[in-house]
Amino acid sequence: MGILRTFVLGGIHPTENKISSNAPIETINVPEQAIVPLGQNLGAPSTPIVNKGDMVKVGQLLAEATGFISTNIHSPVSGKVLKIDNALDGSGYKRPAIIINVEGDEWAEGIDTSTDLVNEITLDSKEIIEKIKNAGIVGMGGAAFPTYVKLMPPPGKTAEFLIINGVECEPYLTADHRLMLEKGQEIIIGTRILMKALNVDKAFIGIENNKPDAINHMRELVRSQDDIEVQTLKVQYPQGGEKQLIKASVNREVPSGKLPIEVGCVVQNVGTAFAVYEAVQKNKPLIERVVTVTGKAVKKPSNFLTRIGTPISQLIDATAGLPSNTGKIIGGGPMMGKAISSVDIPIVKGSSGVLLMKKEESSRRVESPCIRCSKCTYVCPMGLEPFLLSQAGKLGNYELAENESIMDCIECGSCQYGCPAGIPLLDYLRLGKLKVGEIMRNRGKN
Amino acid sequence: MNKFTVSGSPHIHGDDSTKKIMYGVVIAMIPTVLFSIYFFGVDATRVFLLAIVACLFFEWAIQKYLIKGPLTINDGSALITAILLALNLPSNLPGWMVIIGALVAIGMAKMSFGGLGKNIFNPALVARVFLLVSFPVQMTSWPKPSPITNGLADVITGATPLGILKEGLNNEKTISELTPNLPTYTQGLMGEMGGSMGEVSALALIIGGIYMLWKKIITWHIPVSMLLTVAIFSGIFWGVDPEHYADPLFHMLTGGMLLGAIFMATDMVTSPMTKGGQLVFGFGVGLLTILIRLWGAYPEGVSFAILLMNATVPLINRGFKPQRFGRN
Amino acid sequence: MDNIIVIAIIALGGLGLIAALILYFIANKFKVFEDPKIDEVEEALPSANCGGCGFPGCRAYAEATVKAAKDKGSLEGLNCPVGGNDVAQTVGNILGLEVEETDPMIAVIRCNGSRTNSPGKVTYEGATSCAFAHALYSGEGGCQFGCLGLADCVDSCDFDAIHMNTETGLPEVNDKCTACGACVTACPRDIIELRKKGPKDKKIFVSCVNKEKGAPAKKNCIVACIGCGKCDKVCNFDAITITSFLAYIDFTKCTLCRKCVEVCPTNSIHEINFRPRKPKPEKPKVVAPSVDTPGVKKPTNEESAKPSEQKLSKPKDVENTIAEKPVENIDKKE
Repeated sequence: MGILRTFVLGGIHPTENKISSNAPIETINVPEQAIVPLGQNLGAPSTPIVNKGDMVKVGQLLAEATGFISTNIHSPVSGKVLKIDNALDGSGYKRPAIIINVEGDEWAEGIDTSTDLVNEITLDSKEIIEKIKNAGIVGMGGAAFPTYVKLMPPPGKTAEFLIINGVECEPYLTADHRLMLEKGQEIIIGTRILMKALNVDKAFIGIENNKPDAINHMRELVRSQDDIEVQTLKVQYPQGGEKQLIKASVNREVPSGKLPIEVGCVVQNVGTAFAVYEAVQKNKPLIERVVTVTGKAVKKPSNFLTRIGTPISQLIDATAGLPSNTGKIIGGGPMMGKAISSVDIPIVKGSSGVLLMKKEESSRRVESPCIRCSKCTYVCPMGLEPFLLSQAGKLGNYELAENESIMDCIECGSCQYGCPAGIPLLDYLRLGKLKVGEIMRNRGKN
Repeated sequence: MNKFTVSGSPHIHGDDSTKKIMYGVVIAMIPTVLFSIYFFGVDATRVFLLAIVACLFFEWAIQKYLIKGPLTINDGSALITAILLALNLPSNLPGWMVIIGALVAIGMAKMSFGGLGKNIFNPALVARVFLLVSFPVQMTSWPKPSPITNGLADVITGATPLGILKEGLNNEKTISELTPNLPTYTQGLMGEMGGSMGEVSALALIIGGIYMLWKKIITWHIPVSMLLTVAIFSGIFWGVDPEHYADPLFHMLTGGMLLGAIFMATDMVTSPMTKGGQLVFGFGVGLLTILIRLWGAYPEGVSFAILLMNATVPLINRGFKPQRFGRN
Repeated sequence: MDNIIVIAIIALGGLGLIAALILYFIANKFKVFEDPKIDEVEEALPSANCGGCGFPGCRAYAEATVKAAKDKGSLEGLNCPVGGNDVAQTVGNILGLEVEETDPMIAVIRCNGSRTNSPGKVTYEGATSCAFAHALYSGEGGCQFGCLGLADCVDSCDFDAIHMNTETGLPEVNDKCTACGACVTACPRDIIELRKKGPKDKKIFVSCVNKEKGAPAKKNCIVACIGCGKCDKVCNFDAITITSFLAYIDFTKCTLCRKCVEVCPTNSIHEINFRPRKPKPEKPKVVAPSVDTPGVKKPTNEESAKPSEQKLSKPKDVENTIAEKPVENIDKKE
């Protein structure tokens, strides 16, 4: 079995509620109209290369990357481009998107749509990275950072380990779990492709201990392979946070303000590894993903293989409809997901789940004064003092906030989760981070 | 049509609450309260009830008429202050003094700083010291404990063990000469000695402490560092001159040491935020207590020690930060 | 015994004297020369230390003016909005310079997306901070340009000049406003603008900053500017520009003729502190048959008086719109 690895500082254990973990991945129908936002990744939004009225096929390039930190976007459906206009997306704002009226399901040439396993990796490191870049792959864990950028360490830094994040520490979400159970082989091949791209000879797959079937399955698959090791991690939130995972997996701490490559590690989500497999071995760009639709009142909690651009309403209907007492809809998990205002927004590359909360669970607790109990400090995985940073953000003392390392905060929400007084610590902390970030950027300009 | 709620993450929360913590402390104090009623009888009940009613009343009145803000007497913090205040008083204290104590604790030490969570000094201790300085005679005439089972006998007053010790030493007596007048360890543990209502039964206090540790209301850092410091310092002096310095176990069982270590110094609002800071805080309280006990004018030093260390907490918080991730 | 008293007096008195001498010498040795005019100018300033002039405090502004007077010989670019023209004159007199009169300005809230005009489609829970809510989502009413109603502007005001109207959910500026600009910076959506106060406090402005096309804009708020351009066509002074489906009235060119207010189909142009309009007299019936030109509305009595359904939260132009009744302060920060 092995000892349970974990990160050292802080952490909480919210109720797991993995009610959809036994639901096998279902492919959901292609939508009638696909809304493909141009800003689906961390970085600059992409530039469209199609026009109104164009006919497009599945997998066809719709928009190009704008600059270094950006991605290509491919059509998830086949049909006619209705318009390129502003549409509401998960950010709460209307952003530019390509809206396609779907006709049939015709795929672009060259894409292997069969499910046959392709084992052999014929390309070299540079070619792999180029292919990943062209396929528009981003981090599927939710951050949506362009993958190819992570695979190109800056000069002077080399990768030593690849860590595959199969942790899924957020309550309710089970997309990665099901993917490991059903597409384990493909994930392993994807891992090898990434290892080749990075030129590393050791990879770890970290899985939390509440998924014993996935751990056993993945261990079986890499039984005879020494260079890929499955690690069982303690069930603790935020085990899946990049820095915490690196600490748990290889016991290295990423220095403050720096990236994981500084300690020789690159972390990729299992979903990303799977997408890499499909892109490199099957020539299939990133046009679909597994989304968990769940919630205590949902009649049929499910994991859907969804095309990008499908409206969330279609997913909810596929689980037998929106429960009447729904008070809140969250895009993502309950700890770090974003509450959305309408069901008409589309699934994007980083959408890992849709969580429907009952009205009784949707409201925050009544705020009462801080009793200086220090729970927030004890649970912070980055060793910060949320009570102090939150007050600094609220009262505008940005100098204090910066000195007390507010920019180290990963916004995991452990502090607000544990606060007995119901204080919205993360709200004000985020506000503080916004303002301090602005100040730091302006300082850099002068 | 249902309107969805939009708020920032996280969208779930743990089931801890201020009320749970406060009432948890109250439950931990029940054994001590029961023991003190057992030993001090009707008088004890009288002091408890007066303190509780007065504290709740003053908090309600100040919140309603002076601050004109929300009423929070249900959260349990005034109740804790009331019980702690009562545990710090001799059971034969006149009622009007108890009420003044309640006013000082709630009005002066808590509300004037801004209410719950904003006070620097432990309210019950501020009130106790205030009463001690204002009414020294009544605050130092301790009734002899007489188990309630013995019937409602007349209350006999006597000195606390520490009082006997200090006076005896000042009169050039040695420890062995004083020992017959001092309680045995068993008596100290169970509570058969003079003192304030909460000081007497170490056993009851320890039970309460274990309950709070189990419920994760307090951590071990402050009580352990405080008691360890007391043990070491008093142990050194006792080792050198056992006839003029009492042994560590005596110091730990007498006076407000355990009450202070378990309930007063660990008060969340007035103690440091990090574990390292708490250890330093406990050390400071222990050191100051021993200094006052051995060389100060007062026989008991816990209240003063805690109040003095309360004043240094903001500085301790500045100096003792948690271990930061990625900054070593 | 007496000796002790004498010794004490000599010792303490001597110490005091030595300390005084040391302080005197140090004060003289390290004295910083400052132009006495700086003190004079500082006296004349309002001492609000609000930063509206762009300097950190009134003293810094005083220093800047004296320096400018010495180096450049003019106070161009230096303006204390709180003090206004009176203070500018006084400062000019102290420094012996001519000062131009500037128009008094006032902060104007360019959004009328009240709870009635832009009804809430979701409920917000969280920090009472506009900056935070702005980063989170578009707003309860759905308009991503509209006022969030969480009173960052109210908090930023040093002069008690802006308060939240709890009924409408929009802030209101009163005549204590000194146009220091704090609320303009505080608003994350650039809704507040400093505009000319106008003769007798008369103002005309477009109370909307929505840059979306007409249809989605109106869907979220019934008094949104849809960028139809009618106001631009009717303006004879070239004061109105339409950019990105939003009209903007340039207050330096506007003559307050009120023509644009009449033609706006969504009532998003506001006229403040004007006399009520006279209802237009009914045109006498024409004897000869007239050909109806399609699309041209004949003014009727009702239309001149303006339908009232859409004006629910528009400040009434018959009364002094500066808030007379005290409105509740949202007490955000404890």
